Amino acid sequence: MKMISRVAAILGICLASSASFAQVPYERILNAEQEPHNWLTYNGGYMSQRYSQLDQITRDNVGDLELKWVLQNQVFGAWQSNPIVVDGIMYVTERPNSVMAVDAITGRMFWKYVHTPDERSRVCCGANNRGVAVLDDKVYMGTLDARLVALDRINGELLWNAEVGDVGLAYSVTMAPLAVKDKIIVGVGGGEFGIRGYVAAFDAETGAQVWRTYTIPGPGEPGHDTWQGDDWMYGGAPVWITGSFDPEQNLTFWGVGNPGPDWNAEQRPGDNLYSDSVIALDADSGELAWYFQFTPNDAYDYDSVQVPLLADINWNGTPKKAMMWANRNGYFYVLDRTTGECLVGEPYVRVNWSSGLDENCRPIPTPQPDGMPTYPGNQGGTNWYPPSYSPRTGLFYFSAWEDYATIYYSEDQEYTPGRAFLGGGFSVLAPTQGAPTIGIGRTNPVNNWTNEVGHASLKAMDPNTGAEVWEFEQYDVSDSGMLTTASDLLITGGREGYFHVLDARSGELLYHKNLGGQIVMAPVTYMVDGVQYVSIISGNSLFNFALKD
Amino acid sequence: MSHLFQHRRARYCALVLLLGLFPVNQSTAQELGDHQYTTEAIQAGLRVYSRECALCHGPQGDLVSGINLRRGQFRTAQSDDDLRSVITEGRAQGQMPAFNLREAELSGVIAYIRAGFDPDGVAVRIGNPQRGEALFNGKGECSQCHRVNGIGPRTAPDLSSIGVLRTPASLQLNLLDPAAAILPINRPVRIVTRNEETIIGRRLNEDTYTVQLIDSQERLRSLIKEELVTYEISDLPSKQPTNLSADEVADVVAYLLTLNGQGAEQ
Repeated sequence: MKMISRVAAILGICLASSASFAQVPYERILNAEQEPHNWLTYNGGYMSQRYSQLDQITRDNVGDLELKWVLQNQVFGAWQSNPIVVDGIMYVTERPNSVMAVDAITGRMFWKYVHTPDERSRVCCGANNRGVAVLDDKVYMGTLDARLVALDRINGELLWNAEVGDVGLAYSVTMAPLAVKDKIIVGVGGGEFGIRGYVAAFDAETGAQVWRTYTIPGPGEPGHDTWQGDDWMYGGAPVWITGSFDPEQNLTFWGVGNPGPDWNAEQRPGDNLYSDSVIALDADSGELAWYFQFTPNDAYDYDSVQVPLLADINWNGTPKKAMMWANRNGYFYVLDRTTGECLVGEPYVRVNWSSGLDENCRPIPTPQPDGMPTYPGNQGGTNWYPPSYSPRTGLFYFSAWEDYATIYYSEDQEYTPGRAFLGGGFSVLAPTQGAPTIGIGRTNPVNNWTNEVGHASLKAMDPNTGAEVWEFEQYDVSDSGMLTTASDLLITGGREGYFHVLDARSGELLYHKNLGGQIVMAPVTYMVDGVQYVSIISGNSLFNFALKD
Repeated sequence: MSHLFQHRRARYCALVLLLGLFPVNQSTAQELGDHQYTTEAIQAGLRVYSRECALCHGPQGDLVSGINLRRGQFRTAQSDDDLRSVITEGRAQGQMPAFNLREAELSGVIAYIRAGFDPDGVAVRIGNPQRGEALFNGKGECSQCHRVNGIGPRTAPDLSSIGVLRTPASLQLNLLDPAAAILPINRPVRIVTRNEETIIGRRLNEDTYTVQLIDSQERLRSLIKEELVTYEISDLPSKQPTNLSADEVADVVAYLLTLNGQGAEQ
């Protein structure tokens, strides 16, 4: 009898396991909106809207949010990782390249995989990793030493480890990979080190590279003539933020970063395609379908590494397959994602590097004299932090930096393999000479730079007109992404460490809580056992909130 | 509140254009008058330095042990007068020989050193720190608001480390044109609370929802901005431009440069 019950118990465990560890085939990711209790991709789905159908937390009960659990990071530094949640298990990465599988109800850890990057790894702006992709029974992570690793999703064991790029030439992968069909697609970082950028797809089962498409056309390819001499060989154009996918067109979309050297545009005459562009690549072959360049011959480090946010909208009365894009260069764009045609291009912050856009949305350059401030400054009007679009409100939400400018200088620089290739530098415009300013990430719990060197404005934009509908200002700047929900909540953070919940229609502040550390990634939401959680990383801790029991 | 912000932004843009970006332009140089060396003196100093000094001190001024002329590190000298006597009298049993320079050459080479070897740089005159300390505590009235090494009020910024935090040019500007030099966080604030308390103070920290400050009674206060009736941030610092003479300003700057955060000498 005893024996039988034990066997039954074991069988029961096995059954329970197989039920809770269901596979995540491509079809589930394709239909991610049908399982809003999970957060299956970096941006919550292939359209990258960061909009959740969950509506348990509402404007009426948001005051009842309470902290459920905290996961403490063991490594200091900006925590830019975006959690993935599958059937009650959260997968989140830690600097430089660890993956953790965590119980999404209690925050207790099942396993942790540690990849130690090659000591030659070089990244410009911190040992960042922005998260994993899941597909079937595997978890995928790109690494600082430009590898792509596949782990067993159940036990965290390494299955394969493929080279994406040459670490000796300062290639790296900081983005969360994008899983499409049977492929894992990543781009490479290294825009400050004279790389030649690309997007590459790997067989999800074996790790073999299936295709690679360079973001700088080689000799004989269209667009190569936008470079002179050998400039194309080390012209940058990295891809370090996860793209989007439109299954109807079978196209993936990727934001491409700055040309190199960063600040000396005269050293690389021409438009420098496809730097500072969005490129549309066939998911199966990597073939380029179209491109749109936001900032030709960029002298300001205006990476176009923003998330290509896709939405099917009724644009001024006409159904459009749209792509919305608040660019680092200070302009907000709406593109037709079937052609790359620019429908809207309007400045959302003060812009003086350009006096406007022509009828094709090509900027009219107005470079500032030496020593004079350029708006927006080097970190841009916005940057890589993920935006959100709510189909319910029809508004696009993102973090902008207002009143922020820098003074650039340029100098000639020879390319040296694997070394920084910047061609100049910049200083942030301060109200007083020598006053503290803002940089990449918050460096001091005391804000002694003040809002006079720049501050955050969360903007809600109307894609029909490109006009701002409302804004929510913060005293410091914000690198926080956005999350919207079906209960019309807009959830975000900022460098000050506040977790904010707003009314997505009006911008009214509904809730805020000081979490004490900079929030440099977007919140996500998921549901387990009928409880909706909101997960947000602040400082070195991942906080999970839900309504009071 | 938004009106106040806009007002201040307009002002700071103007200041930046005048002072931040063109610290050595004509009008500013004239304004600062004899508080600092002229560009001509600095450039003349470059020629003297190359001819007379570079052989031993090197082109970057760092070849003699314990001395880095470009960075302002000397064995004993503090003021410009100290440098003057080192150059004209010699030191270290003749290892540093005495130089017989004309007055313009002498002040030129000091200007070049004070400009950090940058011929287009700013060279602020550095006076006598002992006289400067007396002025700081006396005629200059600095110690009426500023605290140094545990002595003095806390309402204005404590200056115990100011010599390592600021450049000579920034310290001088603070005395001559405090409105242009004040760090934004230090702008005086005036607050009226719901229970009609008026608080005058200096900001320590601020965020979207709250402000932390030290009030005129040296109390640390943390206030929720939404609950305030009035929250004004002044464009102007609480102090006026100094009435001290150019020599006296050079002395005070010299004294401030000795304040290195190591506490009072025992």
